[in-house]
Amino acid sequence: MPQNAKLQSRHLLGLQHVPAEDIQLILHWAGHFKEVINRPIKRVPSLRDLTVANLFFENSTRTRLSFELAEKRLSADVVNFSASTSSVKKGETLNDTVSNILAMKVDLVVIRHSEAGVAHFLADRVPAHIVNAGDGTHEHPTQALLDAFTMQERIGSLEGKKVVIVGDILHSRVALSNIFGLQKLGVHVAVSGPSTLIPRAISELGVEVIDHLDDALEWADVANVLRVQHERMDRAFFPSIREYHKRYGITMERLNRLKQVPLILHPGPINRGVELTSEVADSPYAAILNQVENGVAVRMAVLYLLASQSAPQNVV
Amino acid sequence: MAQKTLLNQRDCAVTISRLCHQINEVHVPWDRTVLVGLQPRGAKLLKALVAQLEAEFATGPVANGLLDITFHRDDFRRREEPLAASPTEMNVLIEGKRVIIIDDVLYTGRSVRAALDALGDFGRPERVELCVLIDRRFSRELPIQPDYSGRRVDALNHERVRLNWNGSTLESVLLESPEYAPER
Repeated sequence: MPQNAKLQSRHLLGLQHVPAEDIQLILHWAGHFKEVINRPIKRVPSLRDLTVANLFFENSTRTRLSFELAEKRLSADVVNFSASTSSVKKGETLNDTVSNILAMKVDLVVIRHSEAGVAHFLADRVPAHIVNAGDGTHEHPTQALLDAFTMQERIGSLEGKKVVIVGDILHSRVALSNIFGLQKLGVHVAVSGPSTLIPRAISELGVEVIDHLDDALEWADVANVLRVQHERMDRAFFPSIREYHKRYGITMERLNRLKQVPLILHPGPINRGVELTSEVADSPYAAILNQVENGVAVRMAVLYLLASQSAPQNVV
Repeated sequence: MAQKTLLNQRDCAVTISRLCHQINEVHVPWDRTVLVGLQPRGAKLLKALVAQLEAEFATGPVANGLLDITFHRDDFRRREEPLAASPTEMNVLIEGKRVIIIDDVLYTGRSVRAALDALGDFGRPERVELCVLIDRRFSRELPIQPDYSGRRVDALNHERVRLNWNGSTLESVLLESPEYAPER
């Protein structure tokens, strides 16, 4: 484990092109920050002279709060921007919005947008470090990192382990980032869900498709259960919520039939009674609240490692 | 590379013993004192001091913890690479206590400054003292001095002080001087 290594990229745009050592490095540092956020005083001064802008062009509660908390616990100055309350409504272009914010001397930008590739677009144009907090149906790297961190914490090293991603793979940036990230850590990844919600080319990523949820759960060490994203569905992908729940919802009865119950993760927010019943979500099999806690630690690690790349005089 | 022995094994034992006596004299009875070692290199000295205090001075269990100061350092982003962090193991409250910071070598004083900052995360101590084995006395960049020091050393900036531990025993302290080529 190269403890003193740096990240190879100036930005965290997605996990597709991030080398395995960098993922390991982030997870390693997240362990230290987890210790920090469990102290009586949960704040360290590392990012004291830096400003972070959180640009959320798409609604988000927990990711934005998690980033904001991570930034504040590193003592950065934070400016928040959400599309619903800003000049985007008045017709400003993305480029203009961003130039304006950068004119305010921001060192790091955390961005979420409903279009894929926006983080890359910014990374090519602005001198700040960019962290992708979700771009359309493309990637959501910090979520995948915190999922991996939570799995590691609960089941140990991920090398050779089996993870199934359940549900709406087609619209999920979490699924894609999970696949890229976990495969680099030596995990066998499979997906399970309604065939209408599984991209046809998924096998090209080396991902197995398991049609029946019961088979998938029996096979897996971890099940990462995704939210059914009604807001991204422009047509009917399955007959009804009830039908979905019957075939792909995780219930206690289903888990009780298994020889060994896998660890259950969910990126939130949960549609209780759709992907997971309340009974499962609140059971010891689920690590959902661990994921929320670890999210702050992992995001602190990402911000810390990116910020450590630039000396103060080089920051624009 | 030239090497000079600052402390041999006997000197090491005598020095650690003397530090224990000095600390004990000030801190007896041991009900309000906490020893805090700085990670990573102060940890072994902390363990040696605690073991000897408990064995020879009837102190009872000495409250102690290990503090990592990585996130409080002032040279973050001024170095090529991020520094490696070590775990902080502070399972003691220092609110209202008398804290002794333990480290192996006092050099610029910046680690101690960061440690004072980091200690604030665990409460407000009544007072804080500093105990180091080696004090490189002419190299300070901040107004920080030790309350207890094992040996004062005059070392040049390019020289290094190295402690050789064999398990929990300090075997020697060396001063290493890389070849020095004076300009012609």
